[in-house]
Amino acid sequence: MNAPDYFQLLSALAPEVIVVSTALLVLAVDLLGLQNRPRSFRMSIVAGLTALGCATAIGWMLLKSTVGAWPGGMFVIDPLNQTVKAVILLLTLFTALLSTEAKFTRHVGEYFALILLATVGMMFLASTENLLMVFASLELVSLALYVLVAFNKQSRASAEGAMKYFLFGGMSAAFLLYGFSLLYGLTGTTHVPQMAQKLLALGADPLGTVALVMVVIGFGFKLAAVPFHLWAPDAYEGAPLPSAALIASGSKVASVFVFAKVMLLGFNQPGQGSNAVAAGGWTLLLSIIAASSMVLGNLAAIRQSSVRRLIAYSAIAHAGYLLIGFLAQGGEAFTSLLFYVTTYALTTIGAFGVLGVVEAQIGGDQLKDFAGFSRRAPLLAGCLMVFLLSLAGIPPLAGFFGKFYLFAAALNNEPRSLPFLWLVVLGIAMSCVSLYYYLQVLKQAFVVEADANARPLTVPFLSHVVVVLLAAAVILLGCMPGWLLDTLHQAVDKLGW
Amino acid sequence: MLAWTIYLSFFGALACLLTPRANPRATRAVALGTALAGLFCGLKGALEFNPTNGLEVVAFAHWIPVLGIDYSLAADGISVTLVLLTGLAAVVGVLFSWNVEHRANEFFALFFALIGGVYGVFLSLDLFLLFVFYEIAIVPKYFLIAIWGSTRRDYAAMKLALYSFIGSGMVLIGMLAAYAVSGLSSFDLQALAQYSFTVDFQRWAFPLVFVGFAILAGMWPFHTWAPTGHSAAPTAASMLLAGVVMKLGAYGCLRVAMTLFPEGLKLWQHELAALAVTGIVYGALVALVQKDFKFVIGYSSVSHMGFVLLGLVTLNEIGWSGAVLQMFSHGIIAGLLFGVVGRMVYDRAHTRELDKLEGMGLVRALPFAAVTFVIAGFASMGMPGFSGFVAELQVLIGAWQAFPKLAILAGVGIVIGVVYTLKTTAKVFFPDKEAAESHDYHAHELEPISIPERVGAALLILSTVLIGLHPRLLLDLIVPSFKSPLFEGLRKVAGL
Repeated sequence: MNAPDYFQLLSALAPEVIVVSTALLVLAVDLLGLQNRPRSFRMSIVAGLTALGCATAIGWMLLKSTVGAWPGGMFVIDPLNQTVKAVILLLTLFTALLSTEAKFTRHVGEYFALILLATVGMMFLASTENLLMVFASLELVSLALYVLVAFNKQSRASAEGAMKYFLFGGMSAAFLLYGFSLLYGLTGTTHVPQMAQKLLALGADPLGTVALVMVVIGFGFKLAAVPFHLWAPDAYEGAPLPSAALIASGSKVASVFVFAKVMLLGFNQPGQGSNAVAAGGWTLLLSIIAASSMVLGNLAAIRQSSVRRLIAYSAIAHAGYLLIGFLAQGGEAFTSLLFYVTTYALTTIGAFGVLGVVEAQIGGDQLKDFAGFSRRAPLLAGCLMVFLLSLAGIPPLAGFFGKFYLFAAALNNEPRSLPFLWLVVLGIAMSCVSLYYYLQVLKQAFVVEADANARPLTVPFLSHVVVVLLAAAVILLGCMPGWLLDTLHQAVDKLGW
Repeated sequence: MLAWTIYLSFFGALACLLTPRANPRATRAVALGTALAGLFCGLKGALEFNPTNGLEVVAFAHWIPVLGIDYSLAADGISVTLVLLTGLAAVVGVLFSWNVEHRANEFFALFFALIGGVYGVFLSLDLFLLFVFYEIAIVPKYFLIAIWGSTRRDYAAMKLALYSFIGSGMVLIGMLAAYAVSGLSSFDLQALAQYSFTVDFQRWAFPLVFVGFAILAGMWPFHTWAPTGHSAAPTAASMLLAGVVMKLGAYGCLRVAMTLFPEGLKLWQHELAALAVTGIVYGALVALVQKDFKFVIGYSSVSHMGFVLLGLVTLNEIGWSGAVLQMFSHGIIAGLLFGVVGRMVYDRAHTRELDKLEGMGLVRALPFAAVTFVIAGFASMGMPGFSGFVAELQVLIGAWQAFPKLAILAGVGIVIGVVYTLKTTAKVFFPDKEAAESHDYHAHELEPISIPERVGAALLILSTVLIGLHPRLLLDLIVPSFKSPLFEGLRKVAGL
């Protein structure tokens, strides 16, 4: 390749370049200029820089929206993945703003640099259609996240969570790589659309099925779907709060998107094309994983007394709902999945934001720590209600519409025989279960009175702003889902999926 | 005009929330203003409404075009009737909550969020929109009971929330399936009602949706949330629960389940009628042996709502119009009964146990409460001259045409109703003389009935008498509704 090519590539990669430069800048600023300053000052400066970097990258993408593809699908820019990348950056931005009050580490620069590197990984993940690149960026995300989970060196839980996350993650990466190499062996290409054509020509093949299962295992881990979920509760509980928020939001959005690409573009669609055998296989496989995630996640969440673990199990349950979206038809599957995962991520970050205030001020994340919360911080309690009810799927909040659309999309696939009705029924039944445990938290916050000596909480201004913004977004996206939906829909239409 | 009932209520909820916590008087003023404005809009809408037109579009806008969802509000005589009921219940509910001091701003905010959802359900023509409003009404109920409730409020609130949510989950399944199967890419109720679903599909979809809604209408054997919920709820909430929220369920059965899947109704008609009559008789029998004053009323609600369900499944016009009239009538009467029990008696005597109340000489201490309860009791028993009589009579005539044996059983239910009502009235307000004297309660300890309570009770009594003496006021609204295209399929199946 000659020089102009590189220049062109760099300008196409500008958002990623901006984020990487921010990461380096953050490291340098903290290391060279801020070492002797108080920690809160360092935190604010560095978090501010991080947020600024993300905002610049978003702005760049909005102002200079391009399309393009590089050979072998290594790097692709289209309206859909631009949207997804914007969402990821936005989530990182919120995470950074919420972590300004964190007190768990002295290595401020390193922490935020890692967050930014993970974000870059997610962005690459969103904009590639090549298995090799998928794996490389997935590892970039994962390695950063392992360290982020372990970052609280004083906490044994943090180390334990990180260890579990790492071990499970390493195993699943191995599975994924094995699956990918089988696919390469079968088809001779790592470019997903080309691979799809070869697989179609190949028909049902035992080796293909093995590869498929390996791939599902690899991504199932990232989504924390049952039975690959075991790391999630410990990682959510032990990790520093911003790390947990990032795992629950940005990382989820990116993995769902790339998983959907590999499955829906790479392996064939149910009801479409001729290799019904392979297709039938993966629908059943995903159905079972979806069903067991919904059931186990929701039932286990009932028993939790720690709100972080509760959110972790609810994340497992939500991974189950998400997988139902994979059973919809092409374009609708992408639209519904991306809408769902975006609103879910926004909601979860908001919930973590509230949780962060509670942990910092009251000193725990147990259910009883929320007692009288509505008196001690009325606005935050109101936002918490919005987030949790949205997770439970109560209209007119975003979570309801997301779920509704997922279910409708899955049923719209072969409306005559309704093959996925049982999953939808199970999903709705499990939503009823989930209302129970979300209400347990809200009961503490709104019904139970605080101790006599409980004072109003002093909520940091920034947390207030971010949490309220997120709650407003959740309400608005529920009342006016068209705002996001139309963007996604048009982008998907343009791609012809 | 009618659409403003919804917006005003939600706006009022927000306004109540923003009033200062330390100033319940301001909150009450805002609340009363909101409720009155809602009632006014409802009344004005009812006067402007032309009953022969069938469905009248109230508001329309495209909402989520990708899924074919519209923001579509429309009214027919049934909606108007129930909107009026909601308006009345809201006003009286505020009047009967005049003594709420604890977190009054949140109380009224939740109250009006609930009311707004209820108005919305009654006016929605889009199935998705209807469902959204229906669910909006669930969450406030939980908090109203859990925060301001009494006996076993935790349990009752959670039970109510989960029952409602399960019911709406069943509705959601049926609704999604209907959407997918019809392939119309629309949630418009009229379009869906005109699509003929296969009988095989209706066979399972109808009971799913009907029962899903009927759970909230207190259908036996899914009624158990009702008595516990009613009795744990604060007065205004139990008035709303029994008065309006149970009607949401019945309205959903009529508006959604029956119009979409008329063949299904025909298939399941007898089973559902049997459940309805079981509810009537069972509710009445259980009410007979209750020891808690509010539980008596709670079970009587189950019994009376049985008439609504029975009327709906008769598949004839007189049964349907009777059912709708009974929704209105029971809404008024149940509100009145809960008002007396919860606000007038329990808030003063601090007990609801019939045995303890017996010794308090309440007829001398609270003569107004006694008179109101006697009137409400008569209305509830189905005495001529009150709305309950017209409504239950129509239902019985309709039921007689469809299933004579069950109609007789339902009649037995009415008789038991007379027994428990009289028994309870006698025990609480007119006990044996010795019992009253043996007790050391003094009449003057109880504060007198306040003006808001009197006004509220008077409003409800007036409405039930007015409709009892001149039922055509509402029937002229209700009966033509069944001629609208929405009910075409249903009429065809019923052979009308």
